[in-house]
Amino acid sequence: MKLLTVNFLTCAVKTCKTSSESYPLHFRDAQLEQNPQTFNPLFIRNILSRLDWSALTTTANELGLTAMLPDHNPADDMMVDSEGATEEEKNRAKDNVISEEVLKKLHTFLVDTAVIEGKLVCGNCGFEYPIKEGVGNFLLPPHLV
Amino acid sequence: MDNDHIRGEEYEQTNVHNVYSKIATHFSSTRYKPWPVIDDFLRSLTTGSIGLDIGCGNGKYLAIRDDIYIVASDRHVTNLTSNEIDYFGVAKSLTRKYRSSELIEFATQHEPHSAIVADILSLPHPGAVFDFAISIAVIHHLSTRERRVDAVRAILNTLRPCGEDREGSGSAGQALFFVWALEQKNSRRGWDVDDEQDQMVPWVLKADKSGDGVGKTYHRYYHLYRRGELEEDIVAAGGEVVRSGYDRDNWWSVARRR
Ligand SMILES: [Zn+2]
Repeated sequence: MKLLTVNFLTCAVKTCKTSSESYPLHFRDAQLEQNPQTFNPLFIRNILSRLDWSALTTTANELGLTAMLPDHNPADDMMVDSEGATEEEKNRAKDNVISEEVLKKLHTFLVDTAVIEGKLVCGNCGFEYPIKEGVGNFLLPPHLV
Repeated sequence: MDNDHIRGEEYEQTNVHNVYSKIATHFSSTRYKPWPVIDDFLRSLTTGSIGLDIGCGNGKYLAIRDDIYIVASDRHVTNLTSNEIDYFGVAKSLTRKYRSSELIEFATQHEPHSAIVADILSLPHPGAVFDFAISIAVIHHLSTRERRVDAVRAILNTLRPCGEDREGSGSAGQALFFVWALEQKNSRRGWDVDDEQDQMVPWVLKADKSGDGVGKTYHRYYHLYRRGELEEDIVAAGGEVVRSGYDRDNWWSVARRR
């Protein structure tokens, strides 16, 4: 399961959906693997606006990969608050292009890095979803459906 | 959960899921061409779009684009692994030999996408974030109207509402549904408007990897949709139909949140 996937997962239990504790799910006993994939800069650039950066940071910290992730979403540098920003800040944002180096680093974290074995745990109900051979199993036992 | 719901679930376990496990290899090899409506829907997406394939089977729609990102799910692990015949001509030998698992083969054949095992009525996805979703030939296996509407609602809830893109440019997320039609009098099955909508459909196993069970007939539950019914279910689920049509014995609709 690539790390990008975890940004789009939450607990399958209905009553957990409304709890902020259920997102992101937390890795336990995660076994990591690097699995190099084709780098597509435009793909990475465009998914940035769809990511929950704070959840991504949580994931990185839990896996001990904090150094692989910028401390804020590079896409934020492209936008400035039109009220609060100085003229200089606005110009910088306009000219700003996310460097290929930053995108490549993000690609390595989001797409190349995968959890092969381990668990994803809900912070609200504590249910553990197993990951085996890279595939997470989110089927619930009957009493949780 | 009410009793109807529990009964519906038990019924589907016996008459959909167990049967799927037995016929998965054969079934996947009988469905192999991306239909134009599905192909067009996926090709219209912008690079970097994020979406879901609910009931992905062996993942045949994942190969259409490698510059979008799909989290594909199926209830049946066997479906995910039954890629003996690859639909897009990727031979099995291309997968990495040192890994034995078929699940990994599924994943490596469908980069950059991801596969998980999940149930359509208990999806493990946050709401209101996805650009698109597809659910092809899945909700017709749910055995009560309540469960079919619940499934549509669950999928629509994953979609981004209009104007919620962080960069402000995003239009509303859209979902594509395909279901088997009652009106298919020219098909091999030959059903039409006057037939019973809830059918146990026989599938004959012709060949599988091991040769076991060849010639056996398995029956699977289908709810055959009559004209307009898919649209009614979408509206009942709080959705809005963007466009819809009929294609090769199936009704289809593109929907978004209202
Ligand atoms: Zn939970």
